[in-house]
Amino acid sequence: MAAPTKTEEHGAAHGDAGGANHPPSTTGLSNEKVAMWAFLGSECLLFGALISVYLLYKGQDPEGAITPHDVYDIPFTSVSTFVLLMSSLTMVLALAAIQRGEHRRCRVWLLTTAALGATFVGGQAYEFTVFIQEGVTLSSSLFGSSFYALTGFHGVHVTLGVLMLLSLYSLSMKGKLPKERAESVELVGLYWHFVDIVWIVLFTLVYLIK
Amino acid sequence: MTTVDHKKIGIMYSVTAFIFFIIGGVEALMLRVQLGTPDSTFLSAEAYNQIFTMHGTTMIFLVVMPLSAGLANYLLPLMVGARDVAFPRLNAFGFWVFLAGGLFMYSSFFLGGAPNGGWFGYAPLSRLTPGHNMDYWVFGLQILGIASLTGAINLIVTVINLRAPGMTLFRMPIFVWMSLVAQFLLLFALPVITVALFLLMFDRQFGANFFNAQAGADPLLWQHLFWLFGHPEVYILILPAMGVVSEILPVFSRKPLFGYQVMVISGIAIGFIGWGVWAHHMFATGIGPVATSAFSASTMFIAVPTGVKIFNWLSTMWKGKIRATSPMLFAVGFVTMFTIGGLSGVTHAIVPHDTQQTDTYYIVAHFHYVLFGGSIFGLFGGIYYWWPKFTGKLLSETLGKWQFWLMLAGFNLTFGPFHILGLQGMPRRVYTYPDGMGWNFWNMAATVGSFMIALAVLVFMVNVWKARKSPLVPEDPWDSRTLEWSIPSPPPEYNFAKIPVVTARDDWWHQKYEEDENGRAVRRKEMAPDVVALLGRRSSAVAVADGPPPPGGEGAGDEATTGTGSGEGDDTGDHTGDHTGDHTEHIHMPSPSYWPLVSSLGLPVLSYGLIYQYLPVSVLGGLWILGSLYAWALEPSTAPEEPEPELSSSTELAPVSQGTD
Ligand code: HEM
Ligand SMILES: [Cu+2]
Repeated sequence: MAAPTKTEEHGAAHGDAGGANHPPSTTGLSNEKVAMWAFLGSECLLFGALISVYLLYKGQDPEGAITPHDVYDIPFTSVSTFVLLMSSLTMVLALAAIQRGEHRRCRVWLLTTAALGATFVGGQAYEFTVFIQEGVTLSSSLFGSSFYALTGFHGVHVTLGVLMLLSLYSLSMKGKLPKERAESVELVGLYWHFVDIVWIVLFTLVYLIK
Repeated sequence: MTTVDHKKIGIMYSVTAFIFFIIGGVEALMLRVQLGTPDSTFLSAEAYNQIFTMHGTTMIFLVVMPLSAGLANYLLPLMVGARDVAFPRLNAFGFWVFLAGGLFMYSSFFLGGAPNGGWFGYAPLSRLTPGHNMDYWVFGLQILGIASLTGAINLIVTVINLRAPGMTLFRMPIFVWMSLVAQFLLLFALPVITVALFLLMFDRQFGANFFNAQAGADPLLWQHLFWLFGHPEVYILILPAMGVVSEILPVFSRKPLFGYQVMVISGIAIGFIGWGVWAHHMFATGIGPVATSAFSASTMFIAVPTGVKIFNWLSTMWKGKIRATSPMLFAVGFVTMFTIGGLSGVTHAIVPHDTQQTDTYYIVAHFHYVLFGGSIFGLFGGIYYWWPKFTGKLLSETLGKWQFWLMLAGFNLTFGPFHILGLQGMPRRVYTYPDGMGWNFWNMAATVGSFMIALAVLVFMVNVWKARKSPLVPEDPWDSRTLEWSIPSPPPEYNFAKIPVVTARDDWWHQKYEEDENGRAVRRKEMAPDVVALLGRRSSAVAVADGPPPPGGEGAGDEATTGTGSGEGDDTGDHTGDHTGDHTEHIHMPSPSYWPLVSSLGLPVLSYGLIYQYLPVSVLGGLWILGSLYAWALEPSTAPEEPEPELSSSTELAPVSQGTD
């Protein structure tokens, strides 16, 4: 919920271009970056708790209930995992572009990243509808509850990331994303890579391990 | 309403927390009236449930946490020599979200009934309670969590990144350290309860199964998640108060803090061990013998750093020149009451003991000794100590002492008997008890005691009210040790006209004092040039001559005037107007903004929509939040042509008790 606050804060709150407003920071890192790391540290615990709940309830369903591996479509999910992984690459390219001052190229890569993220979310939405048709819902079983909570939370994170990318894109269109503020892109990138890494963990734990 | 100044926000936090303290106190009195006599019908069982739940929730989330946050907000930037917190507007956002969360939770009283499941909202019980009572609790805490999370990130970045040159980690005032540890605990503990609350919400709103035993759910899941947050939370409540006390004791014992480094390390140790002991809240739930013994041992272990702290406080006072001022009394009260609470805490770590005491008034006695005798006493000490910094005026010592002794007596009369009642087997969370259990006398005593506490709080309010008219005092009335006392009271918006350069721990003290041949501290005759400059500059801000001599200190009166009486301090004094030449430091403060306030209001809207499952309202709330955050991001933080702030701050001070903007 608070995610967009922090990342949108960085653009404006204190780190205005030039940064002459306050003395150089003690650590040499910008405030925004330290804040982002702190926030991601906090997020680790959030996903940690969700993963624990999922693992606690895995295999705890009563006899006869639908098990996870009845519903997973591993090839499909592998493709969307691949899509998400590629988006980390395009994110890196977006950052490299703005650091070189190539704004148009940066915008292209930002949009590509957002599109790949949206594709992933779309795939997840499709997957959820299929699962629901097969009888796995939030209230059908322990597995249903913990599966949707865990992957749903991740999906919301990706969605927020897409919104941030689109915000960056629109800032750049308005000319409000000069080279000096490349760090905005870097921060969104940090968030984006974090969300990616979390997905790799989830994909392995939830889909691959029996 | 639009301020982003950390000092104003700190005061807004504190004032709001104090108002909630009154509300939580009135709730406590209602509980005590009900329990004062057997078979009482003052409150119904349902009303009792709501009131004790709201009392506990209020005291923890709406009083102690925001009061600590208020002090930290006000003091941390001053103590580390910064102009503001790292993210001023995020700071304002945190405050408004906190207020929105508090009001949201209290709106439940008018919308069908307040939460009624205890401050720990145990699921599976809380999963099925009818009505929307517990929904308000779930969403209210979620909103408050956002406020705390943003606050924690902000303060952490401030301390890590905005320290004045020379302010190394081991030169930071101990209050900064303890607050920092508490903020880290918040950062890592909050997500756990966030998850727990989300799961409970899914269960209640969408029929998920996380706490549904029929579907095979683990009945202990809630307790694990909750206490994994809840136990660190206890240290989030107590560490800032420990920091306050560690600032007060040295100043009024006229000695440096004994074992500063040990204090810091024990604080960090408490932070770490605080994580490993959550299950000591669950001995009575049958988690198995291995787990039980492990947690019993780890719980005993946490007594070690705490004990170290207590000995360091005593050593600080040992052979000191004690000045028994109100802040000092509260600090000493903290140490004694907290020690008693700590000792009864150790008895819980002994499992057979605990299984006897759990859910009796013995527990209620224990946590009130820690939370009230600890946190609240410590924070009151802080309020008395820093009041002259906040307002430029002193609170009355006479009234302060009245408040302290009344509170101490009332406190022990209330919670002392709880130990006895607990050992006699009186269960907690019961709304009444029959005659003839042998509990009548001590219950009556506790009720009388609680009204004495209420009287003490009234004395405090009278004190604040009267202090409006008292004369201004010098900016360093207690002859203190830390940086915030080196600038005018109340500090100007930009805090430091010139960012200080720190060369030692207790830097401000070393600027004032040096050691003679015998190693005794004596006033420096020759102050370092920049100190003279500072003192000179300060004269314009405060009419020193009218102030009464500061209490206690021998000749402290003239000490304070020596530097301050002198001239204009031209050398650092004129940032206004021309900033050419060697005046390199431009002071730009972030401009006010109403986006933090606007965006915070979206959260209750979203929550009402979700509680009543009315989609349009939730969507409106969501769009409201996203839209205002986007607008916020677009708004520049400093208007470019903003005039430089005036250097000499005005002497007209608004009384703090009336709130600021
Ligand atoms: C005038 C002072 C106070 C009085 C007379 C008082 C009295 C009480 C009483 C009678 C209960 C109900 C116990 C039960 O039925 O289990 C209670 C619960 C509680 N109190 Fe206080 N209290 C006071 C101040 C405080 C303060 C300052 C704090 C915290 C900072 C606090 C925190 C709590 C908590 C956390 C609970 C547990 C609520 C629950 O079980 O959900 N109280 N108090
Ligand atoms: Cu505990």
